[in-house]
Amino acid sequence: MLIRFFTDLRAGGVPVTLPEFLALLEALEARVAALSAEEFYYLARLAMVKDERHFDRFDRVFAQTFEGAEKLFEKLTAELPPEWLKQLTERLLSEEEKRKVEALGGWDKLIETLRQRLREQKERHEGGNKWVGTAGTSPFGNQGFNPEGVRMGQAASRHRRAVKVWDAREYRNFDDGIELGTRNLKMGLRRLRRFAREGAEEELDLDGTIDATARNAGLLDIKLQPERRNAVKLLLLLDVGGSMDPHIKVCEELFSAARAEFKHLEYFYFHNFPYERVWKDNRRRASVVTDTWSLLRTFNPDYRVVFVGDATMSPYEIEQPGGSVEHWNEESGRVWMTRFTRHFPRLVWLNPETEDRWEWTPSVAITRELVGGRMFPLTLDGLDRAMRELRQRGGQTGGLHSPHADSPDHPVDVS
Amino acid sequence: MNETRFTGTESYVATPDLMMAVNAAVILGRPLLIKGEPGTGKTQLAAEIARALQRPLHEWHIKSTSKAHHGLYEYDAVSRLRDSQLGEEKVHDIRNYIVKGSLWEAFESDVQPVLLIDEIDKADIEFPNDLLRELDRMEFFVNETRELIKARHRPIILITSNNEKELPDAFLRRCFFHYIRFPDAATMEKIVRVHFPDLKAELLREALTSFFGVRETPGLRKKPSTSELLDWIKLLLAEDIPPEALRGDDPKKLIPVLHGALLKNEQDVHLFEQLVFLNRRAGR
Repeated sequence: MLIRFFTDLRAGGVPVTLPEFLALLEALEARVAALSAEEFYYLARLAMVKDERHFDRFDRVFAQTFEGAEKLFEKLTAELPPEWLKQLTERLLSEEEKRKVEALGGWDKLIETLRQRLREQKERHEGGNKWVGTAGTSPFGNQGFNPEGVRMGQAASRHRRAVKVWDAREYRNFDDGIELGTRNLKMGLRRLRRFAREGAEEELDLDGTIDATARNAGLLDIKLQPERRNAVKLLLLLDVGGSMDPHIKVCEELFSAARAEFKHLEYFYFHNFPYERVWKDNRRRASVVTDTWSLLRTFNPDYRVVFVGDATMSPYEIEQPGGSVEHWNEESGRVWMTRFTRHFPRLVWLNPETEDRWEWTPSVAITRELVGGRMFPLTLDGLDRAMRELRQRGGQTGGLHSPHADSPDHPVDVS
Repeated sequence: MNETRFTGTESYVATPDLMMAVNAAVILGRPLLIKGEPGTGKTQLAAEIARALQRPLHEWHIKSTSKAHHGLYEYDAVSRLRDSQLGEEKVHDIRNYIVKGSLWEAFESDVQPVLLIDEIDKADIEFPNDLLRELDRMEFFVNETRELIKARHRPIILITSNNEKELPDAFLRRCFFHYIRFPDAATMEKIVRVHFPDLKAELLREALTSFFGVRETPGLRKKPSTSELLDWIKLLLAEDIPPEALRGDDPKKLIPVLHGALLKNEQDVHLFEQLVFLNRRAGR
């Protein structure tokens, strides 16, 4: 009986191994569980399921094996009439649990809502629009582990893909959900890795120790140094809205890849061109904004700055005070951009428009001139070139160095 | 055998499946891996077990820089070297420079101890793999002194994880696993009762209703958890808020009083306000 349960579990997609099964037998032998089905269920789950994502699969197999409902499981993976499900779960649930379900509006309604929710979830995911990223939790989140877990299981087989996404949402960090396909971008960004020694000193500095000891006439003088870590700091400024709409996907991918790659990543949004304010949350950009001056004060010049925008607009939006399409700007975009390039020696502009179109738009030419020619297309090759540019120590203007520039431990490139 | 059964304590409400998990781990001497939403009392569980079973508690809090051998021992070669230069007497015995970690201390304990390995997912991906043998055989070898350290009594090991990283299969195989589910209303009521025995029934009911209401708001970034509910109730008591103030039918008030204890970022507060507003309009 138990061995069949074990093989069924494996067939049902619960990754259980022999030692775990033996652990269950051992536990049974040690009389951990009293002789009740419920305790046995808890014990079996405890010993054999190691991930809450597998709970509902386990529940299904458990029901199948111990309620004598032969072969029900295989049918579960096919289309499943709700009555069967109801039958199955009624058999599985205790009276108390049934009452709870009843209180939630009954089975039919729950299942219907769940299905609907799943459909929604799938569509939203495929649509890939931003909102999902921030709102990826579902009110159904916990149901998978409720007594009604079976219900989730059923839906899981019908909408396998959608549920997988859902599971991932529930238990991983969902902000960077569009990571698929960003691998190439990550590889590109990787060029920017720079390892530096920062933070607590906890590694023996061999050379330093020998040197200091020698100077100490042989009396040992231990020198420590911090561990090497990727210390690149990145400030990402993204254009949103208007002409950028067709490029949303690639920008999201870039953002998500950068999120994964850099520990020190800060981002802000702007519209068309940076003026006196930028913001972090597009939904609330009218109320919560960051003063660009304070941004320039907050981030010191060793941040590398990446603008992402198509730079396609009327030239007045750059050249004229008050030229912004959204508000009255006291100072022109040109002034603000110059402030940026002065403050941040390492700065590039990534343009999602293809390179051959740039010359047709005057504003692109102006922007390009403003950033000192450091505009690159948002392609893998362009990214590569941009990262090369950012890697150079002083940047083009060459004036400002990072505070550590003269110390021997200044970021060493090892890529 | 009876005193080794864990049934919760007067300050900790354990559900039947949790009790089963703890008891199985105690009896079979296997590590118990605990996951669950933040604020469901994962870390607290170890302390409660230690208290209920009257065992010493050893804690090992994992940080992103933690290495597996920190839990076993560290050989302080540097200070030995320095001592040798200064001609200290104790330099001749290497044992003076071996600093025991919490795992070692737990292994040496005279009675079966409880060992908490807190937030194992904070450490490097390889971290759990480096502990496999130690957790399996409950022994490890000290290279410097050529000593084999064996646990006198297999400690009750509790490991908590917040799911920040996937744990390796080989590690999971050696553990029992329990997921602390978010408590349902009835359990929650018990939990609140344990912490606030004098709370008026009416206030409790209203507080729980609005709490679960907040939790059900779709799209919250951070759902309020048990510990936040307890904080909130503490606040309500301190401010002496009457139960009526919590009732949702007051049209002037959009969100629960003192919501700062429940909703921890402004996006959530904002979202919640919007939803309540929409619901109200729809309700008319």
